[in-house]
Amino acid sequence: MASVEFQNVSKSFGAFNALPDISFSIADGEFVCLLGPSGCGKTTSLRMIAGLETPTSGKVLIGGRDVTYLHPKDRQISMVFQDYALYPHMNLADNIAYPLKVRGEAEDKRHARAREVADVLKIGDLMKRLPSQISGGQQQRTSLARALVYPSQVYLFDEPLSNLDAKLRLEARGFLNHLQRDMGMTAVYVTHDQAEAMALATRIAVMDKGRIVQFAPPIEIYRRPATTFVANFVGNPPMNLVPAQAAIIDGKLQLRAEGLDVTALPVSDTIARAVGAKSITLGVRPEHLRIARPDDSNVITGELFANENMGPESLVTIERKDAGRVTARIFTDDEIRVDKTVRLSFDAEHVTLFDSTGARIPAHGE
Amino acid sequence: MKKFSLLSTRAGALFLAPATALVGVFVIIPFFWVIFVSFTNRTLLGRTALDPDFVGLQNYFALFNPATFFARGQFGFSLILTIQFVLLSALIGQALLGLILSWLSQTVSPSIKSFLQTTVIAAWILPEVVIGFAWFAFLDYDNGTLNMIMRGLGLPPGDWLLQQPFWVIVFFNTWRGAAFSMMLFNSAFQSIPPSYFQAADVAGATSWQKLRDIALPLIRGHVVTDLILITMWTFNVFTPFLLTNGGPSYRTELLSIYTYRIAFKDFEFGKGAAVGVVIMLINLAFALVYLRLAHKKPVEAE
Repeated sequence: MASVEFQNVSKSFGAFNALPDISFSIADGEFVCLLGPSGCGKTTSLRMIAGLETPTSGKVLIGGRDVTYLHPKDRQISMVFQDYALYPHMNLADNIAYPLKVRGEAEDKRHARAREVADVLKIGDLMKRLPSQISGGQQQRTSLARALVYPSQVYLFDEPLSNLDAKLRLEARGFLNHLQRDMGMTAVYVTHDQAEAMALATRIAVMDKGRIVQFAPPIEIYRRPATTFVANFVGNPPMNLVPAQAAIIDGKLQLRAEGLDVTALPVSDTIARAVGAKSITLGVRPEHLRIARPDDSNVITGELFANENMGPESLVTIERKDAGRVTARIFTDDEIRVDKTVRLSFDAEHVTLFDSTGARIPAHGE
Repeated sequence: MKKFSLLSTRAGALFLAPATALVGVFVIIPFFWVIFVSFTNRTLLGRTALDPDFVGLQNYFALFNPATFFARGQFGFSLILTIQFVLLSALIGQALLGLILSWLSQTVSPSIKSFLQTTVIAAWILPEVVIGFAWFAFLDYDNGTLNMIMRGLGLPPGDWLLQQPFWVIVFFNTWRGAAFSMMLFNSAFQSIPPSYFQAADVAGATSWQKLRDIALPLIRGHVVTDLILITMWTFNVFTPFLLTNGGPSYRTELLSIYTYRIAFKDFEFGKGAAVGVVIMLINLAFALVYLRLAHKKPVEAE
């Protein structure tokens, strides 16, 4: 196991600047998820760790060693590919043992080792099958086994679960989490699925347009998203964002927008400074919204748009007139009865504010 | 279920008629005519031109006569020469060179790759007569390019077409045909998902290991197709005639050239037709193997 470091790495493909300038470091034993929409540069970053792409400038270090121009085979890394990249003409035993074969291990020895790993992954009795003769979930575990069969400094995952159906994905995710706890491996994991990143990562790097917007533990990203982009990307459904006009009246923050009635938020110096720009975005997570009682303050009012009962929870979405929608996630298995006009309320402590540039304003008392 | 048809049977037959007539006149009838002629002693001139005798298998016995079979200028000599020519110029030359070029071009930058492909394909699309003449000029003793290079390097010039005629046509045919194999292997390699090679890279495989363990097993069908096609083409190729005329003293007289000499220089139509029938049978054997392999389903696991 080893650390991974990017020092001012940039990457262009012809005229397209995929990564302008990116620096980060991943400590030994960390499980880092690169999270972002497609085209944000997360896969390119991963492929530069693997050596499948060469940076246009900057340095890539693995275990403190400069590997920027090293061939993948000399980096002591493992990688799981999105399409699994299993060899269709080899059975599972040969597929899993292939990295050992190229290292010159004897056939019985490498097959024994492959079997060992396969047993851990519960595919030990499929060793004579071809990849086309096993299910998608089993293929995924086979590609994982091939990555685990030899000792590596860093384990790289390129959206390894995205080809699985929802149920298998949950199962595989849990297994990866277990494996990480067991092995304590250094891993870099690319995904566009925020739930996967939240569940697996010790730290998440949220990327947008070739930049890391926030690099923090999952709970930090959830509680204190650095920008509206992060807020909108993490959480299911994502954080509700309501642009509003701000004013400080009698030492309290007032926010005005269509359907929004917020008159008494606490004010800090940073908030006061941000309010100078007048425009502020209010962020509230759906799970922090509830159907308002008559005497509640901090209320958002709108027309009912959708009322989805999901079993243990319900999603109630309202539409503010000529403005955006707001979704509340309410944890109850009772059917929620609402009128045509719905009032949702929230507590002041659950409010996240963003300034006019979209950056988060540190909360009161922070 | 009613079968949907675009045209009535009669209209369809009408449209097919011209092609059928042409194929019949120029392919089917000559085909049977050659088989018929091979059982006669028909010649261009003399009594047997007008009134050939039916001689049974005599022409075939003459071809396979053990006393003269291996003598220069005889059928057996040409057959063995052709087999050597196919092995060296098609299987080893074209296929191996094409495979190596194609594999190496997978790793170079796209611009170098397209330049390489253009160059190699240029050798393939030029008309036979043009390249025949170009090679003739290249190998000329007094003013040939090769000898100019040799002299420039301080090496003794050679009269290649006289001294090494067989190797000249082997090199010529390799040069001429490697492009086809290269292009075929190129497209075969491109049909393999890049992640297969990337996974092997990450796992620590060398280029040779990737070729042996991943690329070759996955393009096995393409390799078989390529080998069969170039074997058949090389077996029937006539272009070396432009360089050596089959000589000197029959040393480059491949079967196709032998047939040409017997039928159209010695004007022994009967014997020439017999050679043609034997060549056709050999090609038929290749074609059957090819069709057999082409229709074979991909291997299933035991």
